[in-house]
Amino acid sequence: MVLGVKEENTIVKSIHTATKPSADVAKKIVYDTRNLNLWYGDHHGLKDINLSIYENEVTAIIGPSGCGKSTYLKTLNRMVELVPSVRTSGEIVYRERNILDKSYTVEELRTRVGMVFQKPNPFPKSIYDNIAYGPRIHGIKNKKILDEIVEKSLRGAAIWDEVKDRLNQNAYGLSGGQQQRICIARCLAIEPDVILMDEPTSALDPISTLKVEELVQELKKDYSIIIVTHNMQQAARISDRTAFFLSGEVVEYDKTDVIFQTPADQRTEDYISGRFG
Amino acid sequence: MVVRERFEQELKEVQEQFIEIANKSVNALKLAFEALLNQDLETSLKILEDDLIINRLEEEINDHVILMIAKQQPVATDLRRLMVLVKAASDMERVGDYAVNIAKETIRIGKDPLIFPTTNLQTMCNKTVEMLESIIKAFTEEDTAHAKEIAELDDYVDDLYGATVTLLLRAGAENPAHISQITHLTFVCRYLERSADHATNIAEHLFYLVKGKHYELNN
Repeated sequence: MVLGVKEENTIVKSIHTATKPSADVAKKIVYDTRNLNLWYGDHHGLKDINLSIYENEVTAIIGPSGCGKSTYLKTLNRMVELVPSVRTSGEIVYRERNILDKSYTVEELRTRVGMVFQKPNPFPKSIYDNIAYGPRIHGIKNKKILDEIVEKSLRGAAIWDEVKDRLNQNAYGLSGGQQQRICIARCLAIEPDVILMDEPTSALDPISTLKVEELVQELKKDYSIIIVTHNMQQAARISDRTAFFLSGEVVEYDKTDVIFQTPADQRTEDYISGRFG
Repeated sequence: MVVRERFEQELKEVQEQFIEIANKSVNALKLAFEALLNQDLETSLKILEDDLIINRLEEEINDHVILMIAKQQPVATDLRRLMVLVKAASDMERVGDYAVNIAKETIRIGKDPLIFPTTNLQTMCNKTVEMLESIIKAFTEEDTAHAKEIAELDDYVDDLYGATVTLLLRAGAENPAHISQITHLTFVCRYLERSADHATNIAEHLFYLVKGKHYELNN
């Protein structure tokens, strides 16, 4: 049995004020998703998504398989358009422009939004060429500038010290954890604004996972990061905000501390407590 | 057994351990006070001995909960439920300690006839035991409304404590030859009052469990 709100207010004194954060007026919004709907053919994959992603934060997206979290991530760089039957409605406003507007080119978007995938996918090239690939495509030919970009990106991905003496060796020769950090470095080389991560540690061992998690914490000082993860503890450890997706809807979106301590929706509580999913 | 079911099963086991430590501690308190009234030194010594069981139970609850946290990594209500079980078990263990303290006072008083009327102390003990037994029930049923009512009873015990200590001090001034016994009884009075405070603590833990916020139920 629980006290009614009125009764509680009159007879019980809370020693803390409300834990719910007030609106983040000081935080800049990177992505503002407004009434986003997405269909794969007849299947309604995302339903009325309204979500604000904040600058220099790690935003975790959690939910059971098939809930739409990866689909949502892939709408943020329009990778979802690779599926022919996909159609969308609503808006995803990125830095004040709707990226779903056809005048917004995918190439332009993807120079600002990098992505790291579940399985490390380095190119079958040298470590150096993996990192220099993006800048070269963007027309940078100067060796000195490329050298600087490669070093800065590898340092940014916390792998410089491990590979600096073998930059010309094939990236396939690295461990899974190192390959994933090479992919993150490759992503940093184009100096993105946002990094999307789709279960970036699910194929890694615990030590490599820890390194990537530490890296994410470092990177958020300069980038805004959105991470899809099946690992509840990872979401709790590294994210500032967490969105819980279920059946294509956002059930709850709040500060991570709130989601993992006092979620407002019973379905969130049941999911994070392992009652389903 | 699936992981979630295993968690529920282990949680039930910890809850049963809590009920066990709670019942043992309250019984120890009741017995200790009865032994004081009857100047029963044998029972008092037994209470000292049995406190080891209560202490061990608290350790077992702590170990069990730590293992559950390590293995299951609970969050939200699950995590709060485990944390408040540890805290409530600690409160009950303290009640067991107060029973020991009362038993020690009984042993110190020995067979000298009690010169101070024990009516107030008896009332305090009854009310404290009533609070503790009720809070164990409210806690296990997660009944915050009842817990709030129980916490309010603490004011009554506090008032009785203040009045009884005043009477004891006066008795001490009037009977300086018996100051030692009066001092022992004053300590008993204090232990009963502190035991009632632990019932309030448990009520506050319950509010934290249910609402996820900290409440001060009795200022």
